[in-house]
Amino acid sequence: MDRQRPARGLHARDLTVTAGEATLVRDATFRLQPGELTALLGPNGAGKTSLLRGAIGLTPRASGWAGIDGEDIARMPPRRRARQLAYLPQNRPLAWPSPVRDVVALGRFAHGAALGRLRGADRRAVERALAACDLERLAERSTATLSGGELARVHCARAFAAEAPLLIADEPVAELDPYHQFTVMNLIRDFVNRGGGALAVLHDVVLARRYADRFIWMKDGRIVADGTPAETLSAARLGEIYGVRGRVEGERVEIEGPL
Amino acid sequence: MRADFAALVLACLAALFAACLLGSTPMEIERVLGALLGRGDPGDQLVVVHIRLPRAITAFAVGAALGASGAALQGLLRNPLAEPGVLGVSAMASLGATGALYYGLAALSAWVMPAAAIVGAITGTALIAFAALRTASVVTLILIGVGLSSFAGAAMNLMMNLAPNPFSLADMINWMLGSVANRSFLDLGFSAPFLAVGLGVLFATRRGLSALTLGEEAASGVGLNLRRQRLSIVLGAGLATGGAVALAGVIGFVGIVAPHIIRPMVNHDPARSLLPSALLAGLILVLADIGVRLMPTVTELKLGVVAALIGAPAFVWIAMQRRSVHD
Repeated sequence: MDRQRPARGLHARDLTVTAGEATLVRDATFRLQPGELTALLGPNGAGKTSLLRGAIGLTPRASGWAGIDGEDIARMPPRRRARQLAYLPQNRPLAWPSPVRDVVALGRFAHGAALGRLRGADRRAVERALAACDLERLAERSTATLSGGELARVHCARAFAAEAPLLIADEPVAELDPYHQFTVMNLIRDFVNRGGGALAVLHDVVLARRYADRFIWMKDGRIVADGTPAETLSAARLGEIYGVRGRVEGERVEIEGPL
Repeated sequence: MRADFAALVLACLAALFAACLLGSTPMEIERVLGALLGRGDPGDQLVVVHIRLPRAITAFAVGAALGASGAALQGLLRNPLAEPGVLGVSAMASLGATGALYYGLAALSAWVMPAAAIVGAITGTALIAFAALRTASVVTLILIGVGLSSFAGAAMNLMMNLAPNPFSLADMINWMLGSVANRSFLDLGFSAPFLAVGLGVLFATRRGLSALTLGEEAASGVGLNLRRQRLSIVLGAGLATGGAVALAGVIGFVGIVAPHIIRPMVNHDPARSLLPSALLAGLILVLADIGVRLMPTVTELKLGVVAALIGAPAFVWIAMQRRSVHD
C-alpha cells in the first residue's frame, strides 16, 4: 500500500478470524469505498458477520490486516473508528422503551453527545437523520410502540446520525415486508448517492441486483468472488453459493428452486 | 424534569431535617435549628448533631449508594431487576464484613471493615459481570445472584454457629439484618471515601450506559469501549455497595424500587436515571429510618428488615409486570 496516500475507505487484507478451533473467515481481502454500495452475499454460516466484525475490529483477527484510510483498525480508539464507520448489527435489541429521538441520538455517541442535552452539530445531525428516514412525526414516540418497519427506519436513522463516511449494515432488511425492504434500501442508496460508502449483507439476490454496485460472494469462510453484478452474478454462481437453480438474464434474476 | 429534580432535592433536605426533628425526645424546630448551627443546649446538640444527624446522613448515603449502584447495574445488564441485593453483591459484601468481625480483624483498624465489605462486593460484582460475558440471559445472572446470596448466607451462618461469644454473634446479626442505628460521623468517615469514589466512577461513565440501550454489539459500534465500561461499573458499584454494606449491613431492594420509579421520568435513559435514583433511594431510606425510630415497638426494628418487607413485594410486582418476550 502507498504510504503517502493510503486508500480511502475500509480495507481488509488476508483477514482471518477464528473462534477456538474453528476458522470462521480465511484470508479475506476486500475494500469498502465511498460512493459505492456493496452487497455481501452468501448462505447462512458463510462467515459474513464474522468477516464484518473482524474487519471493523469488534472481533480480534487471527491474522491479516484491516483498517480505515490506512490506519490499523485494531489500534483505533473505538470512538474514532465510530466517527469513520457506522455499524448496524444483525441483532438490534433495544433494552428500554426509549423515545425515537434518543435512540437516533445514540448514533452521536462517538461525538460526545449526551442524551437530553443535544447541542449544535449533534442536534442538527439527529434532525437530519430523522428527516432522511421520515421519522419526524415519530420522534417523541416510544420505540416500544413501533412496528417492525418503523423500527428498521429508526435503526437506519441511528446509523446515519453518526454522519460517518462509511456504513456497514448486517441484514438491514431481514424480517421486513417488501415495501419496507425497498424503503430501507432506498435510504442506504441515498446515503451512497450523497457520497457515503455502504456494505450491506443481503439474502435477496433480486434486491441486491437492483441496488448494489458491487457483489462480494462468500462461502465457507472465504470470499469466492468480488466484482460488479454483471461480472459475478450468474446461474452457475447461484448454484455454487446457495445450491439453487436460477436464471440470470441481464438485470433480471429469477430463482426457481433448489438444485 | 428540572422542576421534578429540584423538588426531589428539596424533599431530601426536608427529610434529613425531619430526621433531626423527630425521635423519642420531642424537640421544637428552633431547638433543632439552634443545635444544628452549633448554638443552644449541649444536651440538644448531643442528640441532634451526634446522634440523629449522623444516623440520618448515613441512611441517606447508604440509600444513595444502593440507588446509584442499582441504576448502573440495570443499565449495564439492561434489565430492571438487576440490583446489588438481588445479584448477591450485598450478601458477598456482608460476608466480607462478618468475616472481618469473626476473625477479629475488625478490631485492628477501622478501615478493615469497609475494606473487607468492598472486597466481598467487588468479588460478587466481578463474578456477575464475568457471567454476563458468557450469557445474555439476565435470568441466569439473577440465578447466579441467588447462588452467591445462598453461599454468602451459608458461610455467615457457619460463622455464627462457631461464634466465640455472644457479643460477636450480636455484632454479626446486626450486619446481616441491616441498620443505621448508633452510627457516628467517624463511622461515616471510614466509608465515605469508598462511597465517593464508587459514585464518582459510576457518574463519570454514565454516558456509556445510554449507549448500552442498543445492546452490546451496537454499543461497541457507536464507539463504546465495552470492556472499560464493564470494569468501571463493576468497580463503581462494588465500591459503593461495599461502602454502604460496611456502614449499614444488607439493605435490599431500595436499589430496584428507586430506579423503577425514576426511569419513566427520564425517558428510560440509564444515564439520566443515575443521580435522581440515588437521591430518591436516599430519601426512601431516611424516611424508612424515621419510621423505624418512631414505631412503638419494644426493640427497634432493623432498617434492612423493614426495607425488605416493603421492597421484596415491589420486586415481585416489577418482575410480574415484565413481558416474557424479553427473556
